[in-house]
Amino acid sequence: MSTQAMKNSKITKWLFDHVIYVFLILLVIGIVIASPDFLSVTNLINILSQSSSRIIIALGIAGILITAGTDLSAGRMVGLAAVVSASLLQAGDYAYKMYPNLPELPFFVPIIIAMVVTGLFGILNGVIVSKFHVPPFIATLGMMISVYGITSIYFDRPPYGAQPIGGLSESFTKFAQRGIPIGDYEIPFLIFYAIIFSVIIWVIWNKTQLGKNMYAIGGNPEAAKVSGVNVAKNIIIIYMIAGLLYGFSGTIEAGRVGSATNNTGNMYELDAIAACVVGGVSLSGGIGTVPGVITGVLIFQIINYGLAFLGVSPYIQFIVKGAIIIVAVAFDMRKHAKKK
Amino acid sequence: MSEARTTNILEMSHLTKRFPGVIALQNVSLKVKAGTVHALMGENGAGKSTLMKCLFGIYTMDEGKILLDGKEVSFANSKQALENGVSMVHQELNQVRQQNVMDNLWLGRYPKKGIFIDEKKMYEDTVAIFNSLDISIDPRSRVSTLSVSEMQMVEIAKAVSYHSKIIVMDEPTSSLTEKEVDHLFKIIRKLQSENVAIIYISHKMEEILKVSDEVTIMRDGQYIATKSAKDLTTEEIIKLMVGRDLSQRFPSKMNQPGDVILKVTDLTAENESSFSNINFELRKGEILGIAGLVGSKRTEVMESLFGMRSLSSGMVELHGKEVHNHSPQHAIKNGFALVTEERRSTGIYPDLSISFNSIIANLVQYKKGIFLSDRKVHDDTKWVIDSMKVKTPSQKTSIGSLSGGNQQKVIIGRWLLTNPEILLLDEPTRGIDVGAKYEIYQLINQLAADGKGIIMISSEMPELLGVTDRILVMSNGRAAGIVDTATTSQEEIMRLAALY
Repeated sequence: MSTQAMKNSKITKWLFDHVIYVFLILLVIGIVIASPDFLSVTNLINILSQSSSRIIIALGIAGILITAGTDLSAGRMVGLAAVVSASLLQAGDYAYKMYPNLPELPFFVPIIIAMVVTGLFGILNGVIVSKFHVPPFIATLGMMISVYGITSIYFDRPPYGAQPIGGLSESFTKFAQRGIPIGDYEIPFLIFYAIIFSVIIWVIWNKTQLGKNMYAIGGNPEAAKVSGVNVAKNIIIIYMIAGLLYGFSGTIEAGRVGSATNNTGNMYELDAIAACVVGGVSLSGGIGTVPGVITGVLIFQIINYGLAFLGVSPYIQFIVKGAIIIVAVAFDMRKHAKKK
Repeated sequence: MSEARTTNILEMSHLTKRFPGVIALQNVSLKVKAGTVHALMGENGAGKSTLMKCLFGIYTMDEGKILLDGKEVSFANSKQALENGVSMVHQELNQVRQQNVMDNLWLGRYPKKGIFIDEKKMYEDTVAIFNSLDISIDPRSRVSTLSVSEMQMVEIAKAVSYHSKIIVMDEPTSSLTEKEVDHLFKIIRKLQSENVAIIYISHKMEEILKVSDEVTIMRDGQYIATKSAKDLTTEEIIKLMVGRDLSQRFPSKMNQPGDVILKVTDLTAENESSFSNINFELRKGEILGIAGLVGSKRTEVMESLFGMRSLSSGMVELHGKEVHNHSPQHAIKNGFALVTEERRSTGIYPDLSISFNSIIANLVQYKKGIFLSDRKVHDDTKWVIDSMKVKTPSQKTSIGSLSGGNQQKVIIGRWLLTNPEILLLDEPTRGIDVGAKYEIYQLINQLAADGKGIIMISSEMPELLGVTDRILVMSNGRAAGIVDTATTSQEEIMRLAALY
């Protein structure tokens, strides 16, 4: 092989290995060519802030996918957290309070309560998967349905019945809707939350025993077991962390929208799984990175936002998004496929 | 040192292990001295792996006891064995391929600094162990990028990192080049000088005689002898390994080989580490055996003929006309049938009925319009049960509830329903008790007498000698020779099998 050809094959290999980042850049370039106005700080801030809660959910699901599991209950848990936190955070003077006699709590208390609740459901998922050996798809499908029921019972009750839980206290809406002013712009807090959780998750995945075990369990469960890894315990913790992330995401979702219903978060898990897959997380376990997951979420958000910006019909957006999921995985399979 | 070499670090005495219908180990003993290399030898199925599995707690022994350094032990799992200084370098390496070398080495016991993993210590400790063993692998490289030999080195380093007193190596050289084998032997010497005992399982005579101090030979689940390696020759080892009589275990032959129907020329696998340049002919009504050690790529050759693997070159001619079996569908259409080695995983549908299991390879024949003809399905299933002499209460019985021998008969019957000309049988009597084996042999004989061409892989030498007409002996992916069954001997086949 000539040096030139070797160089070429190296470049091809690099492009193959970093295909999602290349794709993200090409996507942005494409949209900018179609409409140069797209490149603006406001658009950037909008895309990032819309991505924030999705990144947090996707990071939770990604950990589970890396253990060769899956979590269909994520969206419904987001809804549960949204309803629970909103019900505890209604302003003192709001007419339709779910708990009329509840004093106005400091905003972080309901957030913690919501996270504890979804964290417990996460543990339950983990126990069902690792102790009762129910396939994760089924375990979390069941959980998805049950959690919706639980959320609905909590949501639809006297005195006011099934109506959006609104009138959230100002301290809370500030937490989710405002930001840090820099120059002429305000950088939403949401973006910082996403950054903070990304850093925490990156550290867990790369610097702790739990993280290494997570990759080992997904990559070769037998090897993990014979090396003395407590597989069940690690799986339960990974599902719990995911639950905590859904909980936080649900509260900021309620705060961002300003209200919550039992349908908040519906189907978010599918968006998150799609983003993970496009971001290079392997559904068969053992492979996935935090930057990859973030890139996956951003790709979908840029498609959403960018195509809307270009005035493309939302129906076409669906077609594009669906095609990207399939193409991304087909690429990935090609990379891993080996001839017998 | 000399004193250490006379004390037994491991004493396994009078082990017996029974499986339903089979005695896998019968009163087997093994004594290994510290700082020595102890070879464990025997044909496939002699009980070597079972013995090791008892040591590691993968199987529970029925009788006997194990002394480690004078103390009785009974490990519940391989992790426990590892922590007590007994480790194993597996033939199939148990590693997380997506992670890097040091992550694998310290999995389950990472050095920590507070709540974080101490990557620096991990790296330094890995380098220190690698240096002490003369291994030059970057601890940060991903396991999936390593060669088989390097992965094996990592496994050995892992064993060393547990301060193992005994390291079991199962066929460690089966996929190594000569140079890599030399490196392995150097490492073994080094371990030996540190008073580590090595239990070395291998089929390769020269290697054994070169590297080991003592040799224990097993046969048919029984202990045969332990001898000092310097007192042994290849011939003596073979004699000890195979010495048994062949009387009355096989039906008398009645087939008459006719014209050549299948000709295979220069068959070479696309995967370079598999087989190359395989040549043979098969006659009508002939039973051609394929002998070879585990890892000699016999199954790969058979699966390639059946279109399951890709070839890089070579020609397959059926009745003088070239055929290309690109997939099993092609192969079936061309009159090939394959009874696979792993009956449980690739042969039967255990929860489904005998009827389903009989017709599944051949559904097209039962179509009547868009439906399947119940009557024809019933008739053919009946034919399978009657002509194969399957012992079953009914056609609807799930095949999983039959004995191994009866399951195998259904599978063979299934393939006969496709009306094949060439029948490929991969270990057709594995896991079947002696009586049922006889019936399978009779069946194979009958099929050959009816004019089918039969190729049969077997790891049981007596079986090949008792059933086949000729035997292709494979060694390390190459054809070592084709011998005439009537005039050959186990010794000759063994020698050919260890040729490359």
